[in-house]
Amino acid sequence: MSDALPLTVLYFAWLRERTGVTEERVIAPPGIASVAALVDWLAGRSAGHAAAFADRAVVRCAVNQEFADPATPLHAGDEVAFFPPVTGG
Amino acid sequence: MARILVQTADFDTGAELARLTAGRSDIGGIGCFVGTVRDTAAGRKIAALTLEHYPAMTERALAGIAAEAERRWDLLGCTVIHRVGRLLPGEPIVLVLAASAHRQAALEATAFLIDWLKTKAPFWKKEELADGVAAWVEAREADTQAAARW
Repeated sequence: MSDALPLTVLYFAWLRERTGVTEERVIAPPGIASVAALVDWLAGRSAGHAAAFADRAVVRCAVNQEFADPATPLHAGDEVAFFPPVTGG
Repeated sequence: MARILVQTADFDTGAELARLTAGRSDIGGIGCFVGTVRDTAAGRKIAALTLEHYPAMTERALAGIAAEAERRWDLLGCTVIHRVGRLLPGEPIVLVLAASAHRQAALEATAFLIDWLKTKAPFWKKEELADGVAAWVEAREADTQAAARW
């Protein structure tokens, strides 16, 4: 069982609008060792979070400013960002 | 080393071309792509486009894409400028310049840079329609396919 993880979580575009949060500091409980596990836990924080993560297939993620995927491991102090597929250019 | 800028202000394409070629005579061609705000999307009139980005990640992602272009082609210079914030139809959004000794490398690298930028740099567009409704632009499968061809 891993320790509790202090993380900074960022939300962009419609994930920011649905959660109502731009950035939050969270202490993820022991056992949350990957992006997928973090999403499961974050989705329970509020109705807005649940709405943001309702369709996980369209949610993208970065850990410490690098694109990540559900299996990416997490470490204390990581910056985890959630956003839709990018649409720049 | 590529010149990478993310800014709200407009850019001067002529000045950027001049900057890329200043004081050198080894460049044989420069590919140039300017993306602009189109006034329609799926048949609906667009009033404005707002671009959001992930500031801590954006320039790093663009620099990574430029480094990949420099790895694949013999480039003698590369510029990527992407605007953020609220833009009106007709305004420029993005500038990509790639300079090389020969046109093929310059043109291919330019196409590569914009194709990868569209699918690998953390920008998100929100459209404001003329009737006041606003909606996030959805990623297009065609853009994913365009990026995958490289």
